[in-house]
Amino acid sequence: MNRYLDLINVGKSFPKKGGGEAIVVQDFNLTLEQGEFVCLIGHSGCGKSTVLSMVAGLSTISRGEIMLAGRKLTGPGPDRGVVFQAPCLLPWMTALKNVKLGVDQVFAKSSQAERTRIASHCLTLVGLGDSLHKKPPELSAGMKQRVGLARAFALSPQMLLLDEPFGMLDSLTRFELQQVLIDLWNEDRKTALMVTHDVDEALFLSDRIVMMTNGPAAKVGRVLQVPFARPRDRQEVLADPDYYRLREYLIEFLEEQAEPKAEKLEVAIG
Amino acid sequence: MAFLELKNVCKGYGARGDRTEVLHNINLDIEQGEFVAIVGYSGAGKSTLISMIAGLILPDSGTIRLEGNLITEPGPDRGVVFQNYSLLPWKTVFGNIYLAVDQVCPTWSPSQKSDHVHRYIDMVNLTAARDKKPSELSGGMRQRVALARALAIDPQILLMDEPLGALDALTRATMQDEIVRIWEQARKKTVVLITNDVDEGILMADRIIPLSHGPKATLGPSIAVNIPRPRNRKAVNHDPDYQRIRNQVIGYLLGSGKKVRPPAAPPALRELEPVGAAL
Repeated sequence: MNRYLDLINVGKSFPKKGGGEAIVVQDFNLTLEQGEFVCLIGHSGCGKSTVLSMVAGLSTISRGEIMLAGRKLTGPGPDRGVVFQAPCLLPWMTALKNVKLGVDQVFAKSSQAERTRIASHCLTLVGLGDSLHKKPPELSAGMKQRVGLARAFALSPQMLLLDEPFGMLDSLTRFELQQVLIDLWNEDRKTALMVTHDVDEALFLSDRIVMMTNGPAAKVGRVLQVPFARPRDRQEVLADPDYYRLREYLIEFLEEQAEPKAEKLEVAIG
Repeated sequence: MAFLELKNVCKGYGARGDRTEVLHNINLDIEQGEFVAIVGYSGAGKSTLISMIAGLILPDSGTIRLEGNLITEPGPDRGVVFQNYSLLPWKTVFGNIYLAVDQVCPTWSPSQKSDHVHRYIDMVNLTAARDKKPSELSGGMRQRVALARALAIDPQILLMDEPLGALDALTRATMQDEIVRIWEQARKKTVVLITNDVDEGILMADRIIPLSHGPKATLGPSIAVNIPRPRNRKAVNHDPDYQRIRNQVIGYLLGSGKKVRPPAAPPALRELEPVGAAL
């Protein structure tokens, strides 16, 4: 196994209005092996999306450094496919054109027909083969996010970055899309880092779950190795004797983080 | 006869010739004092179902009876809590609840009504915010107002349509516990809760019933939730009953869902090299 992504003492802070600085993330250390699927869980506002957007190169790194495939990360690039919480589709373009927009940039040397074929194939993979020519306003929230997934996978990125991609969907539609995502991922098992606060989602999808402490100055709290064999079937995973024990462990961590305000203060001072 | 009884209820939308049946043959019996959760996909017809019980829309066929009386229109015997709160933005917390009490109990004196409203504001822990307007309240607080308003008219049955759907995960968990506490304090009124969250249903209800994927959605097996109260969302994980119920409901819902199995990628596509990858 090669290490693919390395976050070394990564920190993010913003200057405060009255002077000084607000520390969002501090001393964040994490290594992802090539082909590993890691979920980052924590409460809203704890800084997990900040970590992801630094890896995406969309947010500057205040302290420490990020190494990607052996090179120091300096900005965004097509080697990382990003899926955001909002699908961020262009409303005047069809599903096919939305996906093809990125494909045209990344596969610039391929023929027009080939690029269309890539885009339509990826949309078929996510179950939208019948909706290639629909525009976002005609699609349900779940379908829009399927387009978001197709767009990321169509670029054949080396790594996937997923920022609560199913956070705006109801819990049952989320189950469906988790299956779509894991089926796509299973094809070539690209390294993936996903942010979520849904413990079931993290247990179903990932090889490892990294639990983040609550901000300010959030860092890695605990790490859980997920033991379920791949490829995974939802009902088999749910029936695994370890499933609910691990679920309770994760919920316990999140509840501990949600409660004590006093502890947060200590962190801020220390 | 059950307290609330739905018999062979069907409902569809669309013009003749292009009609989609949303709900098909819904049969449901709810006893007085029961807390029942109906769990299903968005778009399956959950809101249609609760709107029919509320009397806001009528079934195409079949009957809905509350205490033996056929439901044909809305009435104060049914209190409804919607996901979007539906509060009047220019009225205070007190004013919103007072309006409902004033409509339902016109013979009471103003001080009697006012005392009554204050009792329900206390019940949902909003005493400090009683003169605030909805725009000054958080989502969780707004939903407390909607709940107090629904309970203040002392309905026979409380209907909740995804009441916590618009809240973040933490507030949602707090509100689930709060609603159960208030429900127990309100002498366990009959409740129908509509939700898309299996855990919410199991943590709150006496009985949970999955609604299959639409169109032509129908109710699945009714599963009794015999987990002792108060229920703790962390500790229930090692309760074998919780695991069994949860897996059964999720299994039913996934089995009824549309299965879209993607075709395997043609090898030609996998070999294509993205030109930008070296950036």
